[in-house]
Amino acid sequence: MSKRLSALVRTNTFQLTLSYSLLFGISLSLLTLFFYWSTIGVLERETDATLKSEITGLAEQYIEHGLDRLVNVIAHRIRSDGSGDMLYLFASRDNRPLAGNLRTWPDVQADADGWVEFVHERAGGIALPARGRVYRLRDGLRLLVARNTSQILQLKHIFNRAMLIALGLTLVLAAVGGVFMSSRVLNRIAAFTTTTAEIIDGRLDRRLQTRGSGDEFDVLAQHLNEMLERLESLVGAVRHVSDNIAHDLRTPLTRLRNRIELAAREAPEGLKHELEAGVTEADELLATFSALLRIARIESGSYAASLERIAMPVLIDDAVELYQGIAQDKDLVLVSDCDPGVSVTGDRNLLFQAVANVLDNAIKFAPHSSAIAVNAHVRGDQLRLEICDAGPGIPSSEHKRVTQRFARLDSSRSLPGSGLGLSLVEAVVGLHGGSLDFADNAPGLKVRLSLPLAI
Amino acid sequence: MHLLIVEDDRDTREFVANGLKQAGHSVDVADNGRDGLLLASTVEFDLIVLDRMLPEVDGLTVVRTLRASDNHVPVLILSALGEVDQRVEGLRAGGDDYLAKPFAFSELEARVDALIRRHVPDAPTTTLTLADLQMDLIARHVKRGERLIELQPREFRLLEYLMRHAGQVVTRTMLLEHVWDYHFDPQTNVIDVHVSRLRAKIDKGFERQLLHTVRGAGYRLAVA
Repeated sequence: MSKRLSALVRTNTFQLTLSYSLLFGISLSLLTLFFYWSTIGVLERETDATLKSEITGLAEQYIEHGLDRLVNVIAHRIRSDGSGDMLYLFASRDNRPLAGNLRTWPDVQADADGWVEFVHERAGGIALPARGRVYRLRDGLRLLVARNTSQILQLKHIFNRAMLIALGLTLVLAAVGGVFMSSRVLNRIAAFTTTTAEIIDGRLDRRLQTRGSGDEFDVLAQHLNEMLERLESLVGAVRHVSDNIAHDLRTPLTRLRNRIELAAREAPEGLKHELEAGVTEADELLATFSALLRIARIESGSYAASLERIAMPVLIDDAVELYQGIAQDKDLVLVSDCDPGVSVTGDRNLLFQAVANVLDNAIKFAPHSSAIAVNAHVRGDQLRLEICDAGPGIPSSEHKRVTQRFARLDSSRSLPGSGLGLSLVEAVVGLHGGSLDFADNAPGLKVRLSLPLAI
Repeated sequence: MHLLIVEDDRDTREFVANGLKQAGHSVDVADNGRDGLLLASTVEFDLIVLDRMLPEVDGLTVVRTLRASDNHVPVLILSALGEVDQRVEGLRAGGDDYLAKPFAFSELEARVDALIRRHVPDAPTTTLTLADLQMDLIARHVKRGERLIELQPREFRLLEYLMRHAGQVVTRTMLLEHVWDYHFDPQTNVIDVHVSRLRAKIDKGFERQLLHTVRGAGYRLAVA
């Protein structure tokens, strides 16, 4: 689970979405702060300014005209305040109210600047918030001027709620938009990745998709496609050259072979032998050419395989029986172990050819008096056909190379063979939707043909 | 035997015609499918060697037309389309054998002989005999003189095929196709080992050798 999570975090979609949302969140927060400062901030500053000037004015009245004048002025102010939002309290040292519309001195300490916030009770028992300023007069007398802030608070409350909702909504939208935007981009990259993976697997005819919108991805895809086009034609040209050589040389070579053969019939005994050896060599060359052409046909998909349900134990027994003779000539023990009743949908002759080629190699490389095992077992939905010998094996660094046409290991150059045997096996296995791989048989080689089972 | 060769490529036609004439056959030729079909349906041949890709009427159509008109002359199809899949197509059309171009003349000769011989209608045989070699197909016994010879099932089929084609050259490819029933290219001469084992069983200890190797071509089971 945590592995999948970390994989998700690593994806570009996630990271792009995250940064996208973060950017949106920061922008909106700054905007909110500005709105707050220019609306509620204004109201609060205005309140403070009003309170400050009011209390300064009242204090001046007291200083210049005395206590009675202050009491009168306060009474006058209360009467003329239509909204009833202004609160006044003039109290003596022992908190006895001398004038004003607050009955008791609020039970709250003022801050260093003299500002105080408290809750006062209106007639009817409604508690209301207020903000005020305290001014200390001579003889311990105190003056409090406050203003009912319930409306500002209410406004603040509405503002906060609206902004919180807006912020949440923005983050959600940013996340959705981020996923949408980045997945649009990344989907195209993913499509590119899928296609290039297929191309790496050898399907050089695949092309990257373009949308026709002419965007950067289209331009990139077009360029890559042109590159692939060129690559494919070069690879194709190389292959065609070798296939054409094989095809075009076959006829004259056959003619040559037949001339030698006919000449050999009439030739005197001493020459006859040489001529017949010439025929044999020409036959080997012709076999190489036809193997090359057969691989080309299978790989290009133009081989019309006649697919049927093939009982693999029978096919394997037939192959083992056919090769038993030459195995015994080398003192080899050739044994097979096959799960009964296993069948594969495929071309009987091609599959036989593949098994025969691998067996042929095994017999060629196995040391005298050793054993060769042919095992065919069902693994999942595949038949795993393994042919194991005790020969010199193939170093793992060469595993990929040995299926290339004409690839021969240095150690096997002195032995007969065309270097096409395993290429053909790979082509046949590929045609059947299977795979060919090699493993160390310690000592020796284990060749594994994995073929999908018939359904 | 009277043979017809239908082949548009002059070199191949002359090469095949000359070779088969040397082998003692009388040969007629046609260089396109229409003439070939006309000849084949008016003259009675013992065998037709038919190219697959012909002008006018293609080879497969020629065979199909002959078969549709109840003409069962043996037909050996020659073709540059030589893969197993294309071979199956040729045999389905009604060809009796199929040989990929380019071919060795000895292969063609062996197949021509086999087809001509096969066409001779014979009563269902229960025993095959060659000199003192006897094969009982029912009891699956093989005897050379008075000696009973033990054969593996495959060796039995191999000997049966050779005896049915006694006196003829049988190529390795023909043996693979008919005795092992697989059409493939062995990289080594696996067939040779089987034949030499069979030879050891039927010829060893006998003065007269019956199973001969024909160099460059194949094998022949014959008295001489």
